Amino acid sequence: MTERLTADVTIIGGGVAGCAAAVALRRAGITVVLLEKGMCGAGASGVNFGGVRQQGRNLAELPLARRSREIWDRLAEMLGEDVEFQATGHIKLARSDADMEELERYAGDAAAHGLKLQMLGANATRAELPWLGPKVVGASLCAEDGAANPRLVGPAYARFARRLGAEVREQAPAIAAERAGEHFETRAEALTITSRFLVNTAGIGAGKVAGWFGEEAPLGPVVPNMLVTEPLPAFVTRSVGVCGGDVYVRQVARGNVIMGGGRGWGDADLNTSRPVTDQSLAGMAKTLDLVPALKGASIIRTWAGIDGEMPDRIPVIGFSATTPNLVHAFGFSGHGFQLGPVVGEIIAELITEGRSASPLEPFAITRFAGMAEAPPASAGVEH
Amino acid sequence: MADPIVAIVGAGPAGVRAAEMVARAGLKPILFDEAEQPGGQIYRQPPKGAARPGIYGLETKKAEAIHRVAPDLGNRIDYRPQTLVWNLFEDRLDLLRPEGYGDQRFDRLILATGAMDRALPFPGWTLPGVFTLGGAQIALKAQGVAIGRRVAFVGAGPLLPLVAHQYAEAGADVVAVLDVTPFLAKLSQLPGLMTEAATLAKGLWYTARNRLHRLTVQYGVRAIRAEGSGQVEALVYRDKSGAEHRIACDAVAASFGLRSETQLADLAGCRFVFDPIGRQWLPERTPEGRSTVPGLYLAGDGARIGGADMAELQGRRTALALLEDVARPGEADETARLDGALARQARFRKALENAYPFPAHLIDAVADGEIVCRCEGITAGALREAAREKDAGEMNRLKALTRIGMGRCQGRVCGHAAAELLARVRGVEVESVGRLRAQPPVKPIPVLGSAP
Repeated sequence: MTERLTADVTIIGGGVAGCAAAVALRRAGITVVLLEKGMCGAGASGVNFGGVRQQGRNLAELPLARRSREIWDRLAEMLGEDVEFQATGHIKLARSDADMEELERYAGDAAAHGLKLQMLGANATRAELPWLGPKVVGASLCAEDGAANPRLVGPAYARFARRLGAEVREQAPAIAAERAGEHFETRAEALTITSRFLVNTAGIGAGKVAGWFGEEAPLGPVVPNMLVTEPLPAFVTRSVGVCGGDVYVRQVARGNVIMGGGRGWGDADLNTSRPVTDQSLAGMAKTLDLVPALKGASIIRTWAGIDGEMPDRIPVIGFSATTPNLVHAFGFSGHGFQLGPVVGEIIAELITEGRSASPLEPFAITRFAGMAEAPPASAGVEH
Repeated sequence: MADPIVAIVGAGPAGVRAAEMVARAGLKPILFDEAEQPGGQIYRQPPKGAARPGIYGLETKKAEAIHRVAPDLGNRIDYRPQTLVWNLFEDRLDLLRPEGYGDQRFDRLILATGAMDRALPFPGWTLPGVFTLGGAQIALKAQGVAIGRRVAFVGAGPLLPLVAHQYAEAGADVVAVLDVTPFLAKLSQLPGLMTEAATLAKGLWYTARNRLHRLTVQYGVRAIRAEGSGQVEALVYRDKSGAEHRIACDAVAASFGLRSETQLADLAGCRFVFDPIGRQWLPERTPEGRSTVPGLYLAGDGARIGGADMAELQGRRTALALLEDVARPGEADETARLDGALARQARFRKALENAYPFPAHLIDAVADGEIVCRCEGITAGALREAAREKDAGEMNRLKALTRIGMGRCQGRVCGHAAAELLARVRGVEVESVGRLRAQPPVKPIPVLGSAP
């Protein structure tokens, strides 16, 4: 027998953005059913690098990232548990004079958004990170950036949403959704939900959900490839990226060094991904150029995860152009982890007030009108 | 048409016999093995140049026969020792050799990846001087050293009296052999055990020899703990009547059965089923050795615990199935003979498994402060809390929340115990909490540059 539920809002997708939306909506007294195809926070939200990074983002994302960063400071208190967020600082390395010019230009642009970056010359960079390899000529440091444990954030949000009264259904993939009069009817196996609003935070599956409403969304898969060492004595004090983004490194409090770079293999339909050995070995070599001391350290695990990527590598956030009361937030292009908390709040604002306090024009889905094709897979972007 | 590339992982009894059979049919198999010399764990050889006469006991002839296969086949096989197969994706194996990384494409693959000890935490199990039974045996066989002078043996499984015997013969003072399973379980399985009378006789022989060494096995032991400050100094146990005993010792060898090394089968995408007797998830395998993945075959303890004799039979039989699948003339007589022998072995193994049921009762005795995951220092209390307070109802969720299975061993040591513990806390069958997904590498690999 099919169970029937009624709520103000149905959310498809229990990543950080979807679960944060459930939390924000419940706090505004709105009833919520959230459908997650697997386990909450186990998709791209749970297997990413864990960077809580503003530096280097597309300038259009900076107002959102600034706002999200404030939430990160009080997240543990709000969720009632530690998610291993640490403002270690994020340092972006230049390996050429051209890189250095790029960093300086970005620092100027970021300052206009209130993001303060500190430029470091070769000597200052080496004083900051004495273990760096010889290729680095300088860097820019964002002291307030850092990292958190992605495996903890999504599940913690989901549990908090439940405590606030959200109906969170895991292992419950949405099969179909349609507009029926003034409402949405959303179906999962043996479950139908009637709601006034529908939220699409379905990650790599979001293009399909948009398609149910005749909306063109050129969403392609992006599959970051990651490796982690056994615990080592603490020495990588900052989260580290480079111009070009082809390698990124951080060390967790436990001592494991996480390195990312290159692309894994993924199948969005099968909802499965695998690291790719040639990419992992290339990632090791690139990491060694920056951190020679890692030579010989044991890699204990490699992994990959699938996120949705837009052609311009910034997400879709906002109301549907075809269907009233349908809200999209997807296509975070492999760097949505830091934005997740604010995206939840923005979704709740759109539903409760019809508008957001943050500028969403760059993220309108209408920018892809006439573009149904997925973009080619990108490389060299920090996650 | 070119010959298919046949790869075999593991040069224990199963892998060696499979390689021999494939070579006999005129194909040149590639035999990968982590060790320096063939034999697997059961017939592990001492380092080259070191002689250890008598270390295989009654199994000497079998061990020597396995050791001879690869050298005797010469260039009819491509034997690659000291090669770790650390990943498998589609038709490619990723390798780690002494000179660096490599890879190998294949058309057909036999996984004969063997087994390891199944660890179960008990109070004091992390004290220096506490070893797994397999570790104790390898110390003796490969390195010619005992794990201590006064050694207590504890656990469940047919290897317990065997290794105790080997230690006594080697001159160690075996101070106790404690079996946490009931003796009645063994008696009731006698009819099944009789199907392999010779093997049963060997077991009885070891038990009798142990008696000569004044080593009687205590069955039905209810609780155990290791004690000592900085080093194990005593093993304390409660016998079947509830009385507590304290035995002074400087080493403990503990074994709670074996677990199959299934990571490569998992990475290959094999379908797994839960084995309720062995209480572990295993890749599905037909009696002939075919997996659920076309072109991929499974043999020996890596697919299901069957012991060395079964592994040899399965290695041969699986190779014949492979040869049939690539349209090579098989050996019909041999096929029938192997199928008969395998059927007898299967009855014996089933009885043996029932004789040594998994001692799940020990899980409840694991105190909250006890470490379950030694790589990451995760306690039973932390696991129980995540299971109770954080909705962790499944192993991969428990892993995400607690780091269990995220350390150096990737759950090979702690995974089973954690699953048992999770199931007990949630009040469900262990089967329903699932299993840790395998992720490459199957064992740690070094960070190397492009030119290692």
